[in-house]
Amino acid sequence: MAKLVIDPITRIEGHLRIEAVVERGRVKEAWSSGTMFRGVEIILKGRDPRDAWVFTQRFCGVCTTVHALTSVRAVENALNITIPDNARIIRNIIDGAQHIQDHVIHFYHLHALDWVDVVSALKADPGETAALAQSISSWPKSSANYFKTVQNRVKTFVESGQLGLFANGYWGHPAYKLPPEANLLGVAHYLEALDWQREFIKIHALLGGKNPHLQTYLVGGMAIPVDPNSQIAINAQRIAQMKQWAAMARDFVEQVYIPDLLAIASFYKDWASIGGGLGNYLTYGDFPRKTIDRPEEFWIPRGVVLNKNLGAPPSVMEQERVTEYVAHSWYTYADGDDKGKHPWQGETSPRYTGPKPPYEFLDTNGKYSWLKAPRYNDTPMEVGPLARMIVSYAAGHPDVRATVNGVLQKLGVGPEALFSTLGRVAARGIETLLMTRELDRWIDELAANMARGDLSIHNGERWRPETWPREAEGWGFMEAPRGALGHWVRIKNGKIENYQAVVPSTWNGSPRDARGQPGAYEASLVDTPVADPEQPLEILRTIHSFDPCIACAVHVFNGNGRELTRIQVV
Amino acid sequence: MADAINLEEALYHRGVTRRQFLKFCGLMASVLALPPRYAGTIASSLQAAPRLPLVWLEFQDCAGNTESFLRASNPTVSQIVLDLLSVNYHETIMAPAGKQAEQSLEETVKNHPKGYLAVVEGAIPMGEDGVYCTIAGRAAKDIVREVCGNALATIAVGACAWDGGLPAAAPNPTSAVGVKDAVPGITLINMPGCPMNIVNLTGVIVHYLTFKDLPATDQMGRPLFAYGQLIHNYCPRRGHFDAGRFVEEWGDTGHRLGWCLYKMGCKGPQALSNCPSVGWNDATSWPIGSSHGCVGCMSPHFWDTRTPFYERLPNVEGFGIEATADQVGLGVVAGVTAAFAAHGIISAVRGAARPIAKHESPSDQQSGERRDSPSRGSNGP
Ligand code: SF4
Repeated sequence: MAKLVIDPITRIEGHLRIEAVVERGRVKEAWSSGTMFRGVEIILKGRDPRDAWVFTQRFCGVCTTVHALTSVRAVENALNITIPDNARIIRNIIDGAQHIQDHVIHFYHLHALDWVDVVSALKADPGETAALAQSISSWPKSSANYFKTVQNRVKTFVESGQLGLFANGYWGHPAYKLPPEANLLGVAHYLEALDWQREFIKIHALLGGKNPHLQTYLVGGMAIPVDPNSQIAINAQRIAQMKQWAAMARDFVEQVYIPDLLAIASFYKDWASIGGGLGNYLTYGDFPRKTIDRPEEFWIPRGVVLNKNLGAPPSVMEQERVTEYVAHSWYTYADGDDKGKHPWQGETSPRYTGPKPPYEFLDTNGKYSWLKAPRYNDTPMEVGPLARMIVSYAAGHPDVRATVNGVLQKLGVGPEALFSTLGRVAARGIETLLMTRELDRWIDELAANMARGDLSIHNGERWRPETWPREAEGWGFMEAPRGALGHWVRIKNGKIENYQAVVPSTWNGSPRDARGQPGAYEASLVDTPVADPEQPLEILRTIHSFDPCIACAVHVFNGNGRELTRIQVV
Repeated sequence: MADAINLEEALYHRGVTRRQFLKFCGLMASVLALPPRYAGTIASSLQAAPRLPLVWLEFQDCAGNTESFLRASNPTVSQIVLDLLSVNYHETIMAPAGKQAEQSLEETVKNHPKGYLAVVEGAIPMGEDGVYCTIAGRAAKDIVREVCGNALATIAVGACAWDGGLPAAAPNPTSAVGVKDAVPGITLINMPGCPMNIVNLTGVIVHYLTFKDLPATDQMGRPLFAYGQLIHNYCPRRGHFDAGRFVEEWGDTGHRLGWCLYKMGCKGPQALSNCPSVGWNDATSWPIGSSHGCVGCMSPHFWDTRTPFYERLPNVEGFGIEATADQVGLGVVAGVTAAFAAHGIISAVRGAARPIAKHESPSDQQSGERRDSPSRGSNGP
């Protein structure tokens, strides 16, 4: 059968294209391509390393804080800077809030429409929707009247004939399994979650001045001051405000997100054996409890799990084993495109060899993506919430174990169900739930420091470039909502000499490497059922379960210091 | 395309009262710098407005402006999407994908010639025939020409869509440009910022629905209501600047008390924006409000002209030359420095000991912005 193309993959950040061969109703082979490139790492060369986080934050406007944090960590690592405890906690709060908000938006606004049929919701009996809602949660809004109002609103909207964002969706597709009442519940919470995320993320605005693209990071700490006696700093009143937002997050996640996830998943249990993919999982670990140098004390542990092995502790992760391949990516290496390169040794130049636009198909035997192919020990890896929950589970993390087991039990599936599209969706929810509890603890931790009179937020010993070594190199990392994120920086004479980011969606969305090994999206799509190739809803389900974020996945730096040829603009 | 729904009615169905609706209209009048009596005009226009089709294109972007849009609170994003406009295409949030998504775009362009708004987010790479950004196999530069060429008007949101933004920062590896250079000659309004503030985009749309016309702009196509004032001129820390009270180190007493961030690299004296008055995220805060300097993200080619971010601007009006900020303290206070150093309040003394600087607003607001101090050459187009 001919190749199927989905481009654009929507409800993601960035530009992603999937080509797939479907035979007898199942995907036989798939290729994932990032179709946009900006060259931020070239742009970073020669700049002030203290500015890098402002630039790299724009890798992505969705997980808007993660590249900023990774960047300051990379520079701090290079310059050997230890940040004050308050800065560590404030960063954890910002980061934790990012995970919570991002996961909720993903579930309701980027992923739910793959499982929830908006049009079917019009047929629901609002009274029965209320009964369903009340049976799974104590959320106070769940009255028949409330669901009736939502239904009317959607009805008026549909009857207007202008369906806007919802026009041309796959409504009525046979793969939709929810009864109308559950669909109405999903639609109501889609709208509610829009309001919720906007309120909750004000915690970022408070700590960072604005969201998206916060503006209070600093190499050496944070710029948001802490002082109980100041009106403009984090004081008792702001701590109280943050506690309120944290409570708001916990309520929504416990009473809306998790019950919805369980309810929807219970209709789609067949997806617990679809979309597993690589079975190899990597985490760098994050949320330092003390210092960044002690990953064994991180809230999310660092490690690698291979071949779906939950029975043994994860193996040790060493960043030196990360390499990137360009065998099927539109870049070239001076000494041959078949070698993998560690980011510090990395050398990359863009060289497009694809078809001239407009084009119908890519040459998937040759180079076919702006994403490189990162590998760990030459092995492709999946990163993200599922990787984090699997590594934590294997490491014996008590909270993760208890919650994962609880969810599996409620769904009536075994641990092997984790290695699937549904597993990815469930892992994200479980992580969000655990994170809401941590968030509250971090705010208390900050308040306790303040009460002790610890107001330090920045270590300025090495703020001025005169205090830096002539040459330095560093690695910054974090667990972004979408997975293990690393920035590698080399500093020379006070300026950035090299900058390289290996991001979660490059791991997951990678094209094949020199040995022909597919990336996580490509592997997970194999065997996915496709009822109607004209409406490939099932492919969207598996791809969306990774929460792709592509803009930050396409990047390049030029290790030789050569200026790339510039093309004259007409 | 017209239908019976209007915003007020739609809001009413959601429990939004007439009073709240009028309050929103009043807020919009103030954001748009219109006299309060215009609230009534806005209200009656919105009541009568059909849902205008809108398509939102994304090219070399990070979706930061989309995220800003998702934070909309007056009206909320669900009100915009369901009640105020007909958002027919928006890759990040639309239901269909692939062919069906393309169909939504085609239908809008074909069925509503010169009858829809186009919003563009992200730069457009012109290099190598457009291979650096393709959607559905088509080059961004071709899509933007077709879609914006047929639109009623185009709104370029964010720094990238305005002047190429981050992708166009030196050495501009993909020859990225903004909409004004990719599709010259169209009806275009620019809303720079990294990202743009959703309050301002709402203002432009409300202005359009009310007056059937785009708001007045400066010579760079930016609406004056949002980009007509230097931050420095109405920054709440301005009193500290004038009195010579500066943050000297991150986390020092001055920093904790909200003194001026000029010495830490604040670009407010060169940034035209209404950030101080409208704030971010429902006016929760804004960058200077959270104690980091302004990075000038609404200024032309700010990635090249406002960096390094932590280096102070020379020649700021108010006290003349750069050296003055230091001299303010050093000369006068030398004798008492030792005594006060332990208390970390050196700048306070400086401020007190110093004659108040003559505070003059630059007569031409733009002049503040034009004094660029590029640290690296901008090779952008
Ligand atoms: S320099 Fe910055 S912080 Fe100081 S008054 Fe001007 S805008 Fe405000």
